[in-house]
Amino acid sequence: MTDTVHLEAHATGHDAASHHHEPTGWRRWVYSTNHKDIGVMYLIFAIFTGIIGGLLSGVMRLELQEPGIQIFHGLASMVYGLGSPEAGLDAGKHMYNVFTTAHALVMVFFVVMPATMGGFANYFAPLMIGAPDTAFPRINNIAFWLLPPAFLLLMMSLFFPGGGGANELGAGTGWTIYPPLSTNGHPGPAMDFVILSLHVAGISSILGAINLITTIFNMRAPGMTLHKMPLFAWSVLVTAFLLLLALPVLAGAITMLLTDRNFGTSFFQPDEGGDPILFQHLFWFFGHPEVYIMILPGFGIISHIVSTFSRKPIFGYMAMAYAMVAIGFVGFVVWAHHMYTTGLSLDVQRYFVAATMVIAVPTGVKIFSWIATMWGGSISFKTPMLWAIGFIFLFTVGGVTGVVLANAAADRVLHDTYYVVAHFHYVLSLGAVFSIFAGWYYWYPKMFGWMYSEFLGKLHFWVMFIGVNLIFFPQHFLGLAGMPRRYIDYPDAFGLWNRVSSIGYYITFVAMIIFFYAMWDAARKKRPAGDNPWGVGATTLEWTLSSPPPFHQFTTLPQIHSTNAH
Amino acid sequence: MKFLQGFMVTGHFLRKMGAVSAAALAAAPALAAAQEQPIHFAEPGQYHLQHSVTPIMDSIVTFHDGLLMWSVSFIVALVLVLLLWIAWRYNAKRNPAPAAFTHNTLVEIIWTVLPIVVLIIIAIPSFGVLSDQLTTPDGERKYLGTNIFSFGEVEVPAAELTVKVTGQQWYWDYEYVDQGKLFTSVMLQEADREAVKPNQPRLLAVDNELVVPVDTTVRLQITSDPTGVIHAFAVPSFGVLIDAVPGRLNETWFNARETGIYYGQCRELCGKDHAFMPIAVRVVTKQEFAAFMAAFESGDYTAANATLAAVQ
Repeated sequence: MTDTVHLEAHATGHDAASHHHEPTGWRRWVYSTNHKDIGVMYLIFAIFTGIIGGLLSGVMRLELQEPGIQIFHGLASMVYGLGSPEAGLDAGKHMYNVFTTAHALVMVFFVVMPATMGGFANYFAPLMIGAPDTAFPRINNIAFWLLPPAFLLLMMSLFFPGGGGANELGAGTGWTIYPPLSTNGHPGPAMDFVILSLHVAGISSILGAINLITTIFNMRAPGMTLHKMPLFAWSVLVTAFLLLLALPVLAGAITMLLTDRNFGTSFFQPDEGGDPILFQHLFWFFGHPEVYIMILPGFGIISHIVSTFSRKPIFGYMAMAYAMVAIGFVGFVVWAHHMYTTGLSLDVQRYFVAATMVIAVPTGVKIFSWIATMWGGSISFKTPMLWAIGFIFLFTVGGVTGVVLANAAADRVLHDTYYVVAHFHYVLSLGAVFSIFAGWYYWYPKMFGWMYSEFLGKLHFWVMFIGVNLIFFPQHFLGLAGMPRRYIDYPDAFGLWNRVSSIGYYITFVAMIIFFYAMWDAARKKRPAGDNPWGVGATTLEWTLSSPPPFHQFTTLPQIHSTNAH
Repeated sequence: MKFLQGFMVTGHFLRKMGAVSAAALAAAPALAAAQEQPIHFAEPGQYHLQHSVTPIMDSIVTFHDGLLMWSVSFIVALVLVLLLWIAWRYNAKRNPAPAAFTHNTLVEIIWTVLPIVVLIIIAIPSFGVLSDQLTTPDGERKYLGTNIFSFGEVEVPAAELTVKVTGQQWYWDYEYVDQGKLFTSVMLQEADREAVKPNQPRLLAVDNELVVPVDTTVRLQITSDPTGVIHAFAVPSFGVLIDAVPGRLNETWFNARETGIYYGQCRELCGKDHAFMPIAVRVVTKQEFAAFMAAFESGDYTAANATLAAVQ
């Protein structure tokens, strides 16, 4: 392979004597061992999959806009060639479940995780700690290139028999893939494709986590102790540990599911002595840390943006870093709060209520420390700052509904209703995604060397802020009133807020068009951004480099003297 | 004991706070017209919890409307006000020279300790209500009802009726365990509903309602078909929600104080017709129930149901 790259360098007239080979064309990307190129590929991948995940939810919002079944019976009868919409009714009901499942799996494993732990972590964690690259560049390459096949497996699952009936392609189990619905209820191979997809995506994430942990522990620039390390690097370190500890549990659980399905084991088969609740314990032992995996890198991003645009150092750096460690740690011992209604005993529920509420304390520390960072600052409301402030507010809303749900006593009426949907979309769709957009607008000039239109960036923010709130705030009302999740059709009483929610989707759709236009506009006009477009507030090492940074940076390692490196 | 009395007072205060919320909600339009058999489910455009008819749902409503909603709304309002104040006061125009402080031990202690205090205040009734939910009455134990900071003041009789509920794909089987009488409850398709029970809500009306007596503690045993999938049995007005898991027998209970028909829906994704296996519980007077059960024991569900006024 080295020879090929060598020859390529010759052929394109590069200085072959140089030790810094810069492969060009497709080889630069496919063979890439460069953390920045791999980071960009992750981000582009996340944008591509984000479009698919977003469109899936759009069809669901179209369906739910009015009571009654509107879309899916017709869609199914077209797909399966059944002639009339009425003939597609059963197939359509299954297809709706397939859409909810695919939307969730795509968004969790192929949008948010690749964007934060793949894209931003790969690109900026090494830059921030003054490292020339990650510790294992080739592992980095394979970690990324496992994702497209994993995604392909998930997409293929949509086209293989899943449910038990005729014309039921795809897995309609929800992202939680609870047995027996994912065993007896889904005899077709679609479910096996989903399991294999998660295995491959999981291997990708574990490899990425190993690479990032090693990089952060071993490759910090001289003088950069852990307690001087930027908070984004801290957030990546904590998240990588969560990945490393949580994903093997998922891998074990879905392997047991796979053997239950195909090789006659009965881990989760009640009629053969197994226990379906065991799967839920294993799944949520992974699943709960997973939600922190999705949000923690966002915490890191937001800290830097708030500090940069307030022109003020981060308030309570140590508390901020160890709040993330605490959230990560406690995140591992609260999993059964997803299972209050399964028949857990009183004592077990009491423990999980108490443990879950504890998480509110370090989370509160983070929220208040961001506010204190801004307090007394000299704040310029550039696009990334708008997204960061939006994040703080929306994450607060999602956080407090989490406190409500943490109480098993209240969860007794809210479990599996739209209240839960509203809650986790406020922390993920509005929290994690807002932090991703904040990071994108913050680092876009650094990654590409161009400046986007400030007007378009702000317009994107405001339209999206209104849109997503309109989607998800009324869902609290639906949940309180008792509308269950994962329903293709609902009693007429729930019509009003579902209609409002769907209108919110259309507004969000417009916001995404503005985003893509803004990116097209930025790439076309190529306004030079300069090394540091954000001024004196931007103190981390990536702003000392050119925009975009050189192919290999820090050939001479930077010396860290300042105690305010963060 | 002064300390405990303090809690009692707080409990009354919270009940009042809950009543304030309730009064505000009652002012909202769209109240269902009075009917012979009141239908209990969400009203059009409803944005709050469903009408409570059991001591458990009383506790949940007081806990949520009286304590949780106020606490979380206050936190959100606080963060919003702080953000708006900062945007106004510390923007670059008004405050060109940024401060440089990075620590303030007192403030940090306050925002660590204060949330802990709030969480403890939330946890006290939370644990109480939880214990009530998971403890089937024995006739001795007192329940919290709306006074969620008390040690229990509502008497609930021991269970007199046991109903076994079995989730199927996609309908419910009910069994009066002591009487050994079984029946099946299936959602009415639209044409049937319009023909038979036109006043009952779409997607909620069923052919055979579960009939139970008013003011009686009913023990529910919930499971699912051993070869089937997981469902969840939910009746929001009762504050009842528990999973129906194959191979497991879960238990919960309710004691409804108003007659009428109460609707719920399956709460755990169970396949294609997950949205189409509603739960309908008809609460009747004790006399009506006695006649119903007598007819059921000597005949079938249809004969028993004929003793009651027809559901329309």
